Amino acid sequence: MSGLAAGIRLALYDQRVCILEKHYTIGGLNSFYRAAGRNFDVGLHALTNYTEKGAKRGPLAKLLRQLRFRWDDFQLAPQIGSTIAFPDATLKFNNDINFLRSEIARQFPNQKDQFEMLMSRLIDYDDLKQEDFEISTREVLAQIFTEPLLIEMLLCPLMWYGNARENDMDFGQFCIMFRSIFLEGFARPYKGVRLILKHLVRRFRSLGGELRLRSGVEKIHVEDGRAVGVVLENGEQIQANRILSSVGAIETMRLCDDTTRLEVAHAGQLSFIESISVLNCQPREIDFDRTIVFFNDSDKFHWKKPQHDLCDIRTGVICSPNNYAYSPKEGNLEEGFIRLTTLADHDAWSQLPEARYQAEKMRWYDESVASAVRFMPDFRRHVVQTDVFTPKTIRRFTFHDNGAVYGATKKQLDGTTHLSNLFLCGTDQGFVGIVGAIVSGLSMANQHCLRP
Amino acid sequence: MTEAEIRDEILDILSEIAPDEDLSELDDNKSFREQMELDSMDFLDIVMELRKRHRVQIPEGEYGNLASMASTVAYLEPKMREIVKA
Repeated sequence: MSGLAAGIRLALYDQRVCILEKHYTIGGLNSFYRAAGRNFDVGLHALTNYTEKGAKRGPLAKLLRQLRFRWDDFQLAPQIGSTIAFPDATLKFNNDINFLRSEIARQFPNQKDQFEMLMSRLIDYDDLKQEDFEISTREVLAQIFTEPLLIEMLLCPLMWYGNARENDMDFGQFCIMFRSIFLEGFARPYKGVRLILKHLVRRFRSLGGELRLRSGVEKIHVEDGRAVGVVLENGEQIQANRILSSVGAIETMRLCDDTTRLEVAHAGQLSFIESISVLNCQPREIDFDRTIVFFNDSDKFHWKKPQHDLCDIRTGVICSPNNYAYSPKEGNLEEGFIRLTTLADHDAWSQLPEARYQAEKMRWYDESVASAVRFMPDFRRHVVQTDVFTPKTIRRFTFHDNGAVYGATKKQLDGTTHLSNLFLCGTDQGFVGIVGAIVSGLSMANQHCLRP
Repeated sequence: MTEAEIRDEILDILSEIAPDEDLSELDDNKSFREQMELDSMDFLDIVMELRKRHRVQIPEGEYGNLASMASTVAYLEPKMREIVKA
């Protein structure tokens, strides 16, 4: 995604661009697949950073201008409404921050002013600097709020949707996520992520860009402190003046053949298991009208790799792609879908022998759904098909170490590396999600490859 | 190119950058930033488009001249006077 965005920017200004994709399909984790006659979206439950048509500010407006799309091209339908569900409190929110304000005033009347104080402390997207970025969010929130439960409840969705670090979160990342989820919002194209991918690929190719699938990069060849080109897995060599890499920071360093320069960065630990249940009815017919539910079954939110088991199902995310406000012309998706994500341990899943792996997938489907239905209507008797993907699957699609969904814990905001003409884009540059990936690609292209 | 032709050319670039924008109401004396929320990334587009279309070079230190339509046209006129409109 970030690569395509960068590629479009460069091709727009007549640079020769070649995008190399290791997989046989595009999009990395933001992809889709077909099984048993159905299209399954993988990766994101929602597109964040939603702003309405006509909005001129914010990342969505920015990326539309930079890639020269119309708002209508993405056919975004806003969410109906989402919930943060803890045992002793529930906060609902939608794409209007005033609704969350009123929910906080209802559930935590003595924290109203504190919430406004937090809003005034949020750093703007354009003002994020590496040095402020890594401040502890938990410390900032503990200084503001006097109600610990509210802190946990605010952290839950923001960590779930974009925190690579265990337990705590970089305050810069918190501000990005707070803006993209609470101040902007969730949306989804009726046709899913593949619609956006299709537009990006078409635009890239129409500008003369070259996209090669099944072309994994084996190494980045370095001479005299400069990247001079890449060697593909099939042995082919391609020379380049500049290289942008979206495979992750550590993963990129490892590809460079001057490996004595390898810097030890911290690989992320957080990976997920996700199930998709196909229902024989619309979720709303069983009284489930939420777009997304972030649940946690105690007053303390635990954001770390499972310690004793393959999965940690105390917290999770339930999402129904049916529960968006699609236009009347589109109607609703033909079948009901419930997607459920919980935390999982990549190494433990990877070490399972094949037969055990299949059995554990079934076991953890049952366990995680049983955990989720404590926070939503029980949908189990409506299920007609299921599919599960694990950290192993995520690793296969992203090639991130540990199947780390949000990449490394340390983000490199300026995208620079030890080589003057090799740059990072995508997750490890600091922006997550579909909009984040695209913005990352285009800002790195602008900054490092376009300035005259 | 005359000043009117330069103005048309800038409008064409703006409509390409922001296809959703209604430019008929653009006030020539107000800044693009204020009216269209253009940021530094968008100004880079105006510069790059001028270079691509007309080989007009604008050094980074002079981007400030592109603040509004009026200032842009005034700044570009001497640079584009000799260019024949296609």
